[in-house]
Amino acid sequence: MKKMNIGVLALQGSFSEHMAALSRLGVRAQKVRLPHHLANVDGLIIPGGESTTIGKLAVDFGLLDELKAFGRSQPVWGTCAGAIFLSKDAQRQQPLLSLMDITVERNAFGRQIASFETDIDFPALSRVSANQTPFHAIFIRAPLIESVEKGAEVLATLPDGRIVAAQQDHLLATAFHPELTEDDRVHRYFLFMVEKALEA
Amino acid sequence: MESQVSTFATKKGLAQMLKGGVIMDVVTPDQAKIAEDAGAVAVMALERVPADIRDQGGVARMSDPELIIQIMESVSIPVMAKARIGHFVEAQILEALEVDYIDESEVLTPADEEHHIDKHQFKTPFVCGCRNLGEALRRIGEGAAMIRTKGEAGTGDVVEAVRHARSVMGDIRRLQNMPDEELMSFAKEIGAPYDLVVETRDLGRLPVVNFAAGGIATPADAAMMMQLGVDGVFVGSGIFKSGNPAKRGDAVVKAVTHYEDPEILAEVSRNLGEAMVGRNISTMPEEDKIADRGW
Repeated sequence: MKKMNIGVLALQGSFSEHMAALSRLGVRAQKVRLPHHLANVDGLIIPGGESTTIGKLAVDFGLLDELKAFGRSQPVWGTCAGAIFLSKDAQRQQPLLSLMDITVERNAFGRQIASFETDIDFPALSRVSANQTPFHAIFIRAPLIESVEKGAEVLATLPDGRIVAAQQDHLLATAFHPELTEDDRVHRYFLFMVEKALEA
Repeated sequence: MESQVSTFATKKGLAQMLKGGVIMDVVTPDQAKIAEDAGAVAVMALERVPADIRDQGGVARMSDPELIIQIMESVSIPVMAKARIGHFVEAQILEALEVDYIDESEVLTPADEEHHIDKHQFKTPFVCGCRNLGEALRRIGEGAAMIRTKGEAGTGDVVEAVRHARSVMGDIRRLQNMPDEELMSFAKEIGAPYDLVVETRDLGRLPVVNFAAGGIATPADAAMMMQLGVDGVFVGSGIFKSGNPAKRGDAVVKAVTHYEDPEILAEVSRNLGEAMVGRNISTMPEEDKIADRGW
């Protein structure tokens, strides 16, 4: 594997958990807080956190347009707040990257008291792992992906069919937090996407 | 598997999502909006900020649920609210309101001078204050999913926040060099559950997220606490008791993100207007200090 370099947007939220997951996989990772930190980055993770805070800081430090430009051609994965930030529609006025043709509903399950853990089927993970067991997903004041349009496709749903993961070409969105569990299959799936992008 | 609601992982997980952020005390829905627009990751809804509790005296209790509900309706970010130490019925009420986090807080007048709330019994997560590692681990043992160092609330003087953060971090550093046979005596010495002492040693940090609180009034204060190793900051009276809350709030948020970048810190610290007046802790009578509440 070419030595890849993954950026983790480190404005606020669970960026150190993502850095730790990447480090366990032996992948080089760097924090992205200012536009010039995106140089030499092959793929970017936008962590969980508060999407309003992350969006505001991205605007204030001149990152919004840079991140949009990066995501037009290079792989980006957003978890929870990151998924909201990637979407083109969060049904609310707040800064978004508008890169993915998905509509999200913030806090779709309610307040913190409704946060939950559950096992979900995530068939695409079979591309990076022989482990066929469901993925144990943690949802915290989580959003839902209400609909996917155009080139975006559904990767995982809850048993009742509601969408919790989607992909559009080199872009990946998960409503839950793989960075909070030891299971590294979604991280490996994203690295697989980065690898494919580097080959292309 | 069936889905499980309000597990410890989801409680602790919400605090993980708040890391690198600023939680601001607000007393009205308008202030909550200002805080959200300034980039706060959460707000603490209360009737009086700590500086006013100090000024006005009397018994400080849980805020009126009506005010908490109005604040919850005014913002999309998490809303926290305070219960008195040991007042498990105030906590039950806050859970019924569905606040996102309950702060069992020394800023309010304690309801029990020996026992804290049994926080395992609640679906809503709790944050609790500490002055040292033993106190932090006792609270986690009772079920707290997030810790904050206490500092001295409502003073605008950061000295106690620094003392408490250094105490916690220093004890963790000491613990990491300790051989197994010394851990039980250390647990006894600091009055902490043995299993949590072992876990803290193995992790090299507290098992839950740890914010700083109590006396943070400037972007520089906030960045210093971050450099000392906390995961984020609470700013109580420091923002809405200052001359320009929107601007100061915005600056503190930026300072917490860019805490390692002195050039950005210099830029955001410019022209913030008056900081809260504050009170000097070194000349404060012992009985006025509130950090000693908690057992």
